[in-house]
Amino acid sequence: MTNNSRKVVVHVRLKPGVLDPQGITIHKALLNMGYHDVESVRSGRFFELEIRSEASAMPQLINEVCTKLLANPVIEDFAIEEIA
Amino acid sequence: MKFGVVTFPGSNCDYDAYSALRHVLGGNVVFLWHKSEDLADCDVVVLPGGFSYGDYLRAGAIARFSPVVKQVIHFARSGGTVIGICNGFQVLTECGLLPGALMRNSQLRFSCRYVYLRVETNATRFTNACSVGDVLKVPIAHGEGNYYHFDDELSRLEEHGQVVFRYCDRDGRVTPEANPNGSRHNVAGVVNREGNVLGMMPHPERAVEKILGSVDGLKLFKSVQAFFAVPAAVGRS
Repeated sequence: MTNNSRKVVVHVRLKPGVLDPQGITIHKALLNMGYHDVESVRSGRFFELEIRSEASAMPQLINEVCTKLLANPVIEDFAIEEIA
Repeated sequence: MKFGVVTFPGSNCDYDAYSALRHVLGGNVVFLWHKSEDLADCDVVVLPGGFSYGDYLRAGAIARFSPVVKQVIHFARSGGTVIGICNGFQVLTECGLLPGALMRNSQLRFSCRYVYLRVETNATRFTNACSVGDVLKVPIAHGEGNYYHFDDELSRLEEHGQVVFRYCDRDGRVTPEANPNGSRHNVAGVVNREGNVLGMMPHPERAVEKILGSVDGLKLFKSVQAFFAVPAAVGRS
């Protein structure tokens, strides 16, 4: 049994095509501040998770955590980034 | 028949719902605590408005995994009558009992005021006391009531008569100006395909006495009452 500890970052963002009022508002603010080179903004959030489990079970566990709770699969996508 | 009103940590419309059902409608009502493992033999379960679990993560996302909601999911899947109002609607979409999702209001502001709703179907147990096209004056109070679903899913909902209420003006016209939060197709309330679960952002329980400014919300609760009084006759398809 190879129990190991890993740190992952889960990025959650709205699916392409889903209106993002926060992103739009932030973009407008940037334009008002004079940053005309910024063409668009999409907002999202991220979660840092420390997980200790069998290496073979890890991918499925992370996937479950994301689809069941961290993201709402109706409107959001997620991406997993391993940092340690 | 018996109503059960769920109380989550952070619910703030549970007493409003209780009062509307008990004192105005004259119904038999009990509270159901979020940790409850059973629904006390209730015929109708109401998930009230508020900010369950502080709205952490996403509105309704944490409440979805509470013990009582597990029971509500089981109850709904076996045909039980469930009404989710405001935060209750958010919980019902999060747990998959209702289609779609509720996002931040398009203007990014919490919106608390009266709106008008057009009744899109009276072939439900929640609207059998209404006529199609009735305009109801009911208040909203939410920051995340922007109903979202994809085009093909929306068409499917409309095809199956699952859109129950749309935001409209006082004359019943469904216009962009009458839409308080950016909801797609002005959707304010939907039922599941089977028709036993309703979710809506506006608060019918706050429109049940003249002194509150409207009694139109009562029509919804009277419909449910009628459904149970004459089970074969109304709103059962």
